[in-house]
Amino acid sequence: MKRVFPILGALTGVLLSYALYEALVAAPTEQTMGNVQRIFYYHVPSAWTAFILFFINFFASVVYLIWRANKADIVALVTAEVGVVFCTVVLVTGPIWARPVWGIWWTWDLRLTLTLVLWLIYVSYLVLRRFSSSGQTPLLAAVLAVFGALDVPLVYFSIWFFRTQHPQPVIGGGGSIDPLMLHVLLINWLAFSCFAALVCWSRYRLEVLRREVDETLALEALLEPRHPQTRTSPTGSAG
Amino acid sequence: MSTVANLTRATLAKDLRLEWRSKDAINSMLFFSLLVVVIFSFSFDPTAEESRRIAGGLVWVAFLFAAVVALNQTWAREMRNQVLDAYRVSPAPPNALFLAKVIGNFIFVTVLQALMTPLFIVFYNLRALGPAYQLPIVAALGTWALVVNGTFFAAMSLRTRSREIMLPLLLFPISIPALLAMVEATGAILTGEFSAKFWIVLLAAYDLVFTIASLFLFGFVLQAE
Amino acid sequence: MPPVSDLPGQVFPAVTVTGLVKQFGRFAALRGVTAEFAPKRLYAILGDNGAGKTTLLRALAGLTPPTRGTISMLGTTNLRSICGQLGYMAHPSLLYDEMSGMENLRYFARLYDVGNDVTNSNKDQRCADAIRAVKLDPSLTRPVGQYSQGMRQRMSLARALLNDPKILLLDEPFSNVDVRSAQEMVRLLSGLRDAGKTIFVVTHQASLLEGAADEFVWMEAGQIVSRAPDLRTTLETR
Repeated sequence: MKRVFPILGALTGVLLSYALYEALVAAPTEQTMGNVQRIFYYHVPSAWTAFILFFINFFASVVYLIWRANKADIVALVTAEVGVVFCTVVLVTGPIWARPVWGIWWTWDLRLTLTLVLWLIYVSYLVLRRFSSSGQTPLLAAVLAVFGALDVPLVYFSIWFFRTQHPQPVIGGGGSIDPLMLHVLLINWLAFSCFAALVCWSRYRLEVLRREVDETLALEALLEPRHPQTRTSPTGSAG
Repeated sequence: MSTVANLTRATLAKDLRLEWRSKDAINSMLFFSLLVVVIFSFSFDPTAEESRRIAGGLVWVAFLFAAVVALNQTWAREMRNQVLDAYRVSPAPPNALFLAKVIGNFIFVTVLQALMTPLFIVFYNLRALGPAYQLPIVAALGTWALVVNGTFFAAMSLRTRSREIMLPLLLFPISIPALLAMVEATGAILTGEFSAKFWIVLLAAYDLVFTIASLFLFGFVLQAE
Repeated sequence: MPPVSDLPGQVFPAVTVTGLVKQFGRFAALRGVTAEFAPKRLYAILGDNGAGKTTLLRALAGLTPPTRGTISMLGTTNLRSICGQLGYMAHPSLLYDEMSGMENLRYFARLYDVGNDVTNSNKDQRCADAIRAVKLDPSLTRPVGQYSQGMRQRMSLARALLNDPKILLLDEPFSNVDVRSAQEMVRLLSGLRDAGKTIFVVTHQASLLEGAADEFVWMEAGQIVSRAPDLRTTLETR
């Protein structure tokens, strides 16, 4: 496993550079929007990556609820954090793209709105993780993740119908996509996925180490002789 | 199953009796709802035509604020003397307690709506141009959607810091599809321009999904320390 | 720790705790408690603040899942299955301040399905009996919130007795209670023990239980450090 990480890192570096070149230079220029359209190659793959990460989060949360596996909880935490980052990218690139092209900052575009709601749900998830007492955090977070996942199809349908009632401009245009552009899009998505995997993996290892340290300190507190009427000092050691 | 129904009924009866005796929660909520309506009326003063369009949104945002105030005190009595521990130690099914609290909150919020609605009608000169009979249906489904998740998240917030802010923070994002449905349905009925049917079906689906999910998962939340 | 056995022949322990550990983050409230408790006994659990007495009781009640170790009660490790045979009382009253004693007990009786097999009047009878057992008046309509501390603790005990539990877990039942009420409660507990219940009392007022408790258990720093049938021995050997 230890050797895979640097290989993945190198691969990610190569892919990202290649994808960047493709997006900014090699891809054909869009006829109506011009070079601004190139942000599309960051906007869409970020959205796909975020959705995949949240899906993994849901899966890990269910595993935790059934088997109470510590590792599942760490996977859930990691994918939520990285997913929120990618969501933020989507929410920032969307308006940046929309403003020069369509003259508006925001539109209740299906993808954009869905991303916004997911972002809100998962930020509340991260806030819950931070604010709950540490023993209960994995359980409460897993429950919230299940609620969030159940919400997603309902969010999708509500926005979809809303847009049929109140037609909105669509960022990115509908319809078919030029095969060359599709190629660049997929390259970028691959690069982003590798990058996401890399970051998640690092965060995962970091969290595993952090929890091991906590457990060791807890075990030490357990074994140390304790004077009566003394509580833990601010440094965390008992007695 | 009958134990759950019996216990739900007994718990609901107890809660309603206690609320009737002290009236502290319901009184403050009634006054708060009145304040909300008045302030909204000062802030948004459109013509009759416009008001029909936006009334859906206004009314439900006002109801949402009132609901959060009601939801935040759902478990207040149980926390006071650690009564919740008595419940946890007993063999009583957690779902009975949950259902009783949800129904209790539903009644409270409906009472608040019954007060606020005439005021809105008066201040905004509202009249339903579409099928008015659908309005109570939307109100009931929408209120249930807020209250079932709200009661659940109120129980979750008991184990967190900043309890009062945690509840709306968790509730609002998850409720977005339901809120959209409530607002759109109300607007559709008031303006008569669209059919509210899709939104009503969506609300019903939302209520079904989350009632089942809450019943399934409430036991975990109650037994968490 | 040698198990306490009394009669010749088989006596299954009512409660067995093995290697019980409970940690709150880095604070270890229980650090490996291993003990057996025989049935039909009144145990006084003593110790300074922070010794882990309350944590032990809450773990037995099923309110605090242990970090490590096992608890076996009435022959099973599945505490949820026997929770109907437990009675729990803590320093907060676990009662609704706005209702009278009888109303409170009527409600809590439902949690245990007490008297449901017959009629409502049967349930009322059980509640009234429990209230009378703690020497209070069932017909009192005053809300519990207006009781004195002694009355409130006694009513809380009545609530714990509603389901006629085999095991009673009482956490600081005498705290802030007037001496007469406390002595009354001790008399009641002795009677309950004689009737066959296993009772655990966590308290700082060990002297109240002298003559009534079968065994005094001293806890320190999350462990049981001494147990003996009389208070002096326990205090000397800790």
